Amino acid sequence: MDWQALALSVKLSFVTLLFLLPIGILLGRWLAYRQFWGKSLLQTLLALPLVLPPTVLGYYLLVAFSPNQGLGLWLVNTFGTTLIFNFQGLVLASIIFNLPFAIHPMQRAFAAIPREIREAAACCGMRPSLVLWKIELPLAWPGILSAMVICFAHTLGEFGIVLMVGGNIPAETQTIAIAIYDRVQSFDDHAAAVMSFSLLLFSMLTISFTYWLSARSERTHD
Amino acid sequence: MTDSAIQITLQQAAPIPLSVQLECKSGELLALVGPSGSGKTTVLRAIAGLYQAQNAQIICQGEVWQNSMQNIFLAPYQRHVGLVFQHYALFPHMTVLENIQQAITHLPKQQRQAQALELLKKVHLEGLEQRYPKNLSGGQQQRVAVARALARQPKVLLLDEPFSAVDQVTRRKLYRELLVLRESLSMPMILVTHDLDESNLLADHIALLHKGEILQTGTPDFVAAHPKSATIARLMDQQNLFIAQIISHDQTTKKTHLRWRGTLIEATYQAQFAINERVCWMIQSENILLHRRGRPSNGNKENPLQGQITEYMESSGLAHLRVQVDKQLDTTISINVPLHVAKRNALGLHEEIGISLLSEGIHLMPYQALRSES
Repeated sequence: MDWQALALSVKLSFVTLLFLLPIGILLGRWLAYRQFWGKSLLQTLLALPLVLPPTVLGYYLLVAFSPNQGLGLWLVNTFGTTLIFNFQGLVLASIIFNLPFAIHPMQRAFAAIPREIREAAACCGMRPSLVLWKIELPLAWPGILSAMVICFAHTLGEFGIVLMVGGNIPAETQTIAIAIYDRVQSFDDHAAAVMSFSLLLFSMLTISFTYWLSARSERTHD
Repeated sequence: MTDSAIQITLQQAAPIPLSVQLECKSGELLALVGPSGSGKTTVLRAIAGLYQAQNAQIICQGEVWQNSMQNIFLAPYQRHVGLVFQHYALFPHMTVLENIQQAITHLPKQQRQAQALELLKKVHLEGLEQRYPKNLSGGQQQRVAVARALARQPKVLLLDEPFSAVDQVTRRKLYRELLVLRESLSMPMILVTHDLDESNLLADHIALLHKGEILQTGTPDFVAAHPKSATIARLMDQQNLFIAQIISHDQTTKKTHLRWRGTLIEATYQAQFAINERVCWMIQSENILLHRRGRPSNGNKENPLQGQITEYMESSGLAHLRVQVDKQLDTTISINVPLHVAKRNALGLHEEIGISLLSEGIHLMPYQALRSES
């Protein structure tokens, strides 16, 4: 078992969640309640990572953050840093890749709250921020939590985009999925099997947990 | 200056046409009545600040809630509104007590629970404080919604079809409770309903809304008996609506005479209509007398008509009849008589009967084409 790779994967998952939680809540809520010009286009763009092969997304990020041109060059000139082959780059790639997995369930969770309930809260004298805190978040919470669990598991097992953007640098960008690939390449079948089984077990637990949350949510709101 | 506690003016052409001018005094219950889609709920939402009409002025207890000319628009949380939603909109993740406490923002935290308990007592829900909404019956949920609306100490209480989601037995019980409760309430109350019986029972005044426009306001009895137009009469569920021609006005006897399908009808003096003018006329069922068979009386002489019962239906202690008074033109008059009267007179389908139209019950309106007769 490559504990260093596992620790890096877990760290990457948590940091990704740290960014995705507020982004998902704000964007999910905005998309659930607002009608605006270009909404369909925005939703299409946000859903792209669902269908795009991770390597393709990784390739475009690699090109975009290349220090020789465009955005990558600007980052180097402005901040003296780059976003490829390092942990920060992995975080950004993870966030982009996980956007639909975070936003869609949260959007659905917010949309499922009846408009009358939100309006009743306003008529009770609650400001919009208080309505979000006391009414919307508790009611949407199962959806938010299940989105977070899915994103966590997804980041933990992500391979293609991580390899493209981060490469395979131990302790820096070598996540557990890449470590498994590495072990298979070097014929260390036992290590690959242990790590694969760990990921399989974790994935099963994750899915069970989200199903349980969804069933609990239905029971509460019926 | 008006003594109304709330004054509402809403004007807009689109997306929902609105032409509304309403007033309601403290302690008064005004019912907004109209068919589905007439804009009743939109008006209520505009008062609560949940809908922003383009040209609006809403002044409640001296406070300007909306004035489009001055660009004033208070958000719902800034208005002291108590709103009971059609499906109650209770917070499903909070107990009954917590639901009510959410609206008590004007008291220090330590006093909120006591106030919430007091309100629960007022709506007869003691002992259910810790229940969640899903564990309450429809009637109990409605009471929680009322208590929550009152918890805010509202300057106006808005009720959006609050009885539509409960069964008939519960509804009658809730009517009684609301009638008792309103005695202790001093704010203006506005009830949205499409049920005329409900508005008759509960409201001091009604405002009839049709396609976003207030057509008539007044006491329920007055609007039902004196609609300004045949459209209003139809919306008030008036069954006996016909077209006639003015023949004469007799100042001495204070009577107006009409010709209706070859029959001369005598009505109370209504000289605003010219001789030979076509008019619509109506009569409420309670102004139609049934002739007692074999025992003629003086009342029988007043606009007497003979006809055959073509429809006979019994419900809630009343017999609902349709009497065909002109076979060739298939003209029928609707009458409701107490069931015991129907039984005593052996009324039934195809029976021939005599009726009298009381002249003081005949109300004339400007002519407009009617669907049932041209």
